[in-house]
Amino acid sequence: MAKENAKTSGNVETTGHSWDGIAELNNPLPKWWLYTFYATIIWAIGYWIVYPAWPTVSSYTKGYFGYSQRERVSEDLARSQAEKAVFRDKIAAADLEAIKADPELFNFALAGGAAAFGDNCAPCHGRGAQGAAGYPNLRDDAWLWGGTLDAIHQTIQYGIRAEDDQTRMSQMPAFGKLGMLKSNQISDTAEYVMSLSGNANDEEAAARGKEIFATNCAACHGPDGIGNQALGAPNLTDQLWLYGGDKATIVETIANSRAGMMPAWAGRLDPATVKELAIYVHSLGGGQ
Amino acid sequence: MAAASQRDEWSALSDILAIGAAGFLTILGLILAVAGEDRAMAFHGCLLFAASGLALIYMLTQFVEKREPADTSGYADGVIRAGVIATIIWGLVGFTVGDIIAWQLAFPALNFDLPWTNFGRLRPVHTSAVIFAFGGNALIATSFYVVQRTCRARLAGKWSPWFVFWGYQLFIVLAATGYVLGVTQSKEYAEPEWYVDLWLTIVWVVYFFVFVGTVAKRKDPHVYVANWFYLAFIVTIALLHIVNNVAVPVSLLGTKSYIAYSGVQDAMTQWWYGHNAVGFFLTAGFLGMMYYFVPKRAERPVYSYRLSIVHFWSLIFIYIWAGPHHLHYTALPDWAQTLGMTFSIILWMPSWGGMINGLMTLSGAWDKLRTDPVIRMLIVAVAFYGMSTFEGPLMAIRSVNSLSHYTDWTIGHVHSGALGWVAFITFGALYCLVPWLWHRKALYSQRLVEWHFWIATLGIVLYITSMWVSGILQGLMWRAYDQLGFLEYSFVETVEAMHPFYVIRAIGGLLFLVGALLMAYNFWRTIRGDEPVDATDQPSVAAAPEFRPGEYTAPAE
Repeated sequence: MAKENAKTSGNVETTGHSWDGIAELNNPLPKWWLYTFYATIIWAIGYWIVYPAWPTVSSYTKGYFGYSQRERVSEDLARSQAEKAVFRDKIAAADLEAIKADPELFNFALAGGAAAFGDNCAPCHGRGAQGAAGYPNLRDDAWLWGGTLDAIHQTIQYGIRAEDDQTRMSQMPAFGKLGMLKSNQISDTAEYVMSLSGNANDEEAAARGKEIFATNCAACHGPDGIGNQALGAPNLTDQLWLYGGDKATIVETIANSRAGMMPAWAGRLDPATVKELAIYVHSLGGGQ
Repeated sequence: MAAASQRDEWSALSDILAIGAAGFLTILGLILAVAGEDRAMAFHGCLLFAASGLALIYMLTQFVEKREPADTSGYADGVIRAGVIATIIWGLVGFTVGDIIAWQLAFPALNFDLPWTNFGRLRPVHTSAVIFAFGGNALIATSFYVVQRTCRARLAGKWSPWFVFWGYQLFIVLAATGYVLGVTQSKEYAEPEWYVDLWLTIVWVVYFFVFVGTVAKRKDPHVYVANWFYLAFIVTIALLHIVNNVAVPVSLLGTKSYIAYSGVQDAMTQWWYGHNAVGFFLTAGFLGMMYYFVPKRAERPVYSYRLSIVHFWSLIFIYIWAGPHHLHYTALPDWAQTLGMTFSIILWMPSWGGMINGLMTLSGAWDKLRTDPVIRMLIVAVAFYGMSTFEGPLMAIRSVNSLSHYTDWTIGHVHSGALGWVAFITFGALYCLVPWLWHRKALYSQRLVEWHFWIATLGIVLYITSMWVSGILQGLMWRAYDQLGFLEYSFVETVEAMHPFYVIRAIGGLLFLVGALLMAYNFWRTIRGDEPVDATDQPSVAAAPEFRPGEYTAPAE
């Protein structure tokens, strides 16, 4: 830097021009700058020799290494698939209980299930499968459609109220919207539903609601309100609520119904991955 | 006498042409307003009608009232003053929208679930406002200032410079209101639809003729280096803009169009444009600014004329090849990727030539960094330019790019260039220009410049460091595999990991905005003519001498 300063402090001429008072010194190109510039050019030429670089009339220079990104990525994918195929073929062939019983397969299925869950299921059920309002928690032992390996597997394969012939299907009537119950009846029913889990505020209303429940709700939710997994009817006697257990939310549920939807994953994901997901979800803590 | 009457004839001819053009555009605006097939087109027709109508009325009153022709013998500075004000206002708009979308990324609820305020529509408002509105106005205003001073000639054209100014503002308003209404052709940094592109083309061609016409009137046979860079910027941007935006409108009365290219050709054209918008708008143009304001403020000669020639031509020649590095590991053929990458590496030294010339111009005057915050701003801008033009080639290397691409590292890189280089060199130039243009003896407050410098610098540091960390973290999380070959992290986990860095980034952006508000306040007090609070601390850098002796009065604005 000191040398440069010396150059600008008098040894170097300007070009003799001045534009609005700005003159230009005629310093030579800095040597390190020039040599680095040359070095990058030489490096580039070397790179062109070994890698595909210049287009020709109908093709391009292939380079000494014959590098091809497409080939490289196909090879990488094929190798990755071949490594996994050892396990995946077995998983595709075995039934769920057998997979669970084999520690190696079980371990692989858990890892594959966790990866598939993160990218496909987490957007609704949460990264830790903890659920959210309207999306069930998969870590507890309350199951809408059953918590056995086979039940979980079926739910994942065909979804719930999805566009699939074998999807799990049920529909709670919108009692208010369809005019089946009046608003005071809905309010009474809601009080009764709350009383099932010990949360009623108004015992009188709950008593009135009990009769309405017996005629309108018990068919699916059961006379005691403990639900029915064959119909996806939730247990109303516990403290777990899919949409919310406060009065306003229950009134809303009875009046307008709910129809949560889960896509069918068979066809979107390969059969082995769907099995891995079933094993993974079953292992989260609530599997039966 | 003969010369004077010839001038009158030219003046009358330009009046007739200008009035005719305004009349035509008024009618066109009315047609689009009435017959526009979608609401956005009708609205934009109204804007064109109103803008051209006002211009028409203004020109006719000039004509009918037979006002004394304004003194047109000195420098034309009115349009530059307008450009400086526009630069400040659009800068504040662009920084504000940028910080809003930064907070949206940290807290998505701030999208408010409204179409007009969601990230997807506001992001191009931010990018266009800072690049084209703030940066573009800064380039047009300073190029008009510099070309007149260094050529010792008045701007060419009577109405044309004002048409460039107002036409450019109309372009910005059409583009930004279009984005908010959902009108976009979905090409990054080239979002405006076909009719706005056509309008910009007209404005840009007039800008080119004003600039070249002024250079042609120069007294010195040699053209100063700043003007080479400005001219390269103007010519290349015209070329890029036209080629990238070739489109077929669905209807001449509707906003929607289809781009002429498809697939990987479209991607390649887009990034040829996108990368050279960075190269010729944000680099060449602002190097032009640097080459005038750094030596002027430092009152030192430019370090090396030879370096300026070599780095100018190498930069111009090599930059145009580097676009494919935006498309590594895509459908773009390997050979094109290789060329993009290797030319990006070769570009390193040509870019640094500008940095060396900027920094070394301070030789013998380094002490000014301590006493003059304006020169510090200019020099820190050059330093950021050097840093981001090193980082750019680094990120263009294919294997580095496989980690950095699609991550926040890219965002950090862009902002070290945009905030550190483009905005800081502009702030420095504006701090020089405002007292000169409004004939004030000094800025209202140099202490506010100090505050602006430090607050904005802290903001930049927070911004780029948080984006480095989050970008590299993001890239590493995306490529992490467990021992069985499954991805270690789901995408949503990588998004969640970004949250703290997004908050830091948004705070950095807020600091940058606060700094710009201080600048705007300082300029407002300066322009108003308030007595400077610390005039004695400020270096007395003389403005360029007037073109003609005597007080020069600008035409009415």
